Amino acid sequence: MSSYLHAFGAYLPARVVSNAELAQRLGCSPEWIEKSSGIRERRWAGDEGVVEMGAEAARACLTRAAIPASQIGLLILASGSAPPGFPSPAASLAARLGLGIVPALDVPMASAGSLFAMAIASRLAEDYGDVLVVAAEKMSAIIQAHPLEKNTAILFGDGAGAALVSSRPGSWRILDSALHSDGQFGEDLRYDWTSPLKMNGLSVILHAARKMPAAIQEALDRSKVAATGVAQFLLHQANQNLLVRVARALGVPESRVFSNVARYGNTSSASMLIAAAEWSAEASPAGPIVFSAFGAGWHWGALVAAPE
Amino acid sequence: MPDTRERLRGVIEKVAEKPVPDDPEESLFESGLLDSFQLVDLVGAIEREFSIKIPDADLSPRKFDSVARMEAYLATRS
Repeated sequence: MSSYLHAFGAYLPARVVSNAELAQRLGCSPEWIEKSSGIRERRWAGDEGVVEMGAEAARACLTRAAIPASQIGLLILASGSAPPGFPSPAASLAARLGLGIVPALDVPMASAGSLFAMAIASRLAEDYGDVLVVAAEKMSAIIQAHPLEKNTAILFGDGAGAALVSSRPGSWRILDSALHSDGQFGEDLRYDWTSPLKMNGLSVILHAARKMPAAIQEALDRSKVAATGVAQFLLHQANQNLLVRVARALGVPESRVFSNVARYGNTSSASMLIAAAEWSAEASPAGPIVFSAFGAGWHWGALVAAPE
Repeated sequence: MPDTRERLRGVIEKVAEKPVPDDPEESLFESGLLDSFQLVDLVGAIEREFSIKIPDADLSPRKFDSVARMEAYLATRS
């Protein structure tokens, strides 16, 4: 049984935090921030949390899909920055969206969470019909919970994205996905709410730059699609330099890799769906699309879809 | 045929586009010779130069931090 991508949605908080503002607080230059990350500004939420931002992205997605919330059969919420404890945020988000007793599943995974959630949704759509995937992150809460650290504070932003996956035919048929996890490097990117975010940047870049192209190629091979035949790559927006690396490794023009990291920074698991929402608002289906993400865990993978 | 150290120095110099420090123990990252994206290039260049595939489990930046550490790693692969 096939599953389909119908629509995407996104929400970004109103407050723009520029490199100039951050540079003043961090004692570095705005130019250094942009050179090392490709990021010019990011959004930081105020009182809004993961659930509130997720609800806005979900509503935007449902509007684009032209279906009521009552049609949703399953909700999956990815977030690596939702505060720990219970109830987990998926149930709260379902209640906020008025989903009644529809099952709501949490994927507590930073960065790659939305990719894993989409892949899970593609398998469960046969049983649940319309599956709403939401990824929401309030990374500013993590950054500001401790004294700002230059190498991490410059990277992250807040936001939410959403995708509707369904067993009903839609814009893109999901062809296949490849998911992987490897916990042996867990210390290289870690946050536990008691101490500052720990990131071994050398390790993150080394693994991401090799694993993302490999996973994309794996998913493309399974889908019998050539990298050069892909119309658009919609990747986790971690760092502009990394996006360029992935394009180079796959032998495709950089223009095929959508990028909004300069405007929003790294919004962790939300970034891939925010990118998809922005891209799909402007583009019409013209060829296969590829999603890919890599993040703390490690967790990484790719998903391929093609116009129906 | 140059020895492993000389071959490594040649690979690093090509990636960094700068002279490699004489001290084989000196950190190539702390000294600013290489950045994180050049580490990706370096690992790929070592694979090509020594005709090996470095497995994911060995992708620890510490293994590639200095000429001496790379040499020690390659010794485990021979």
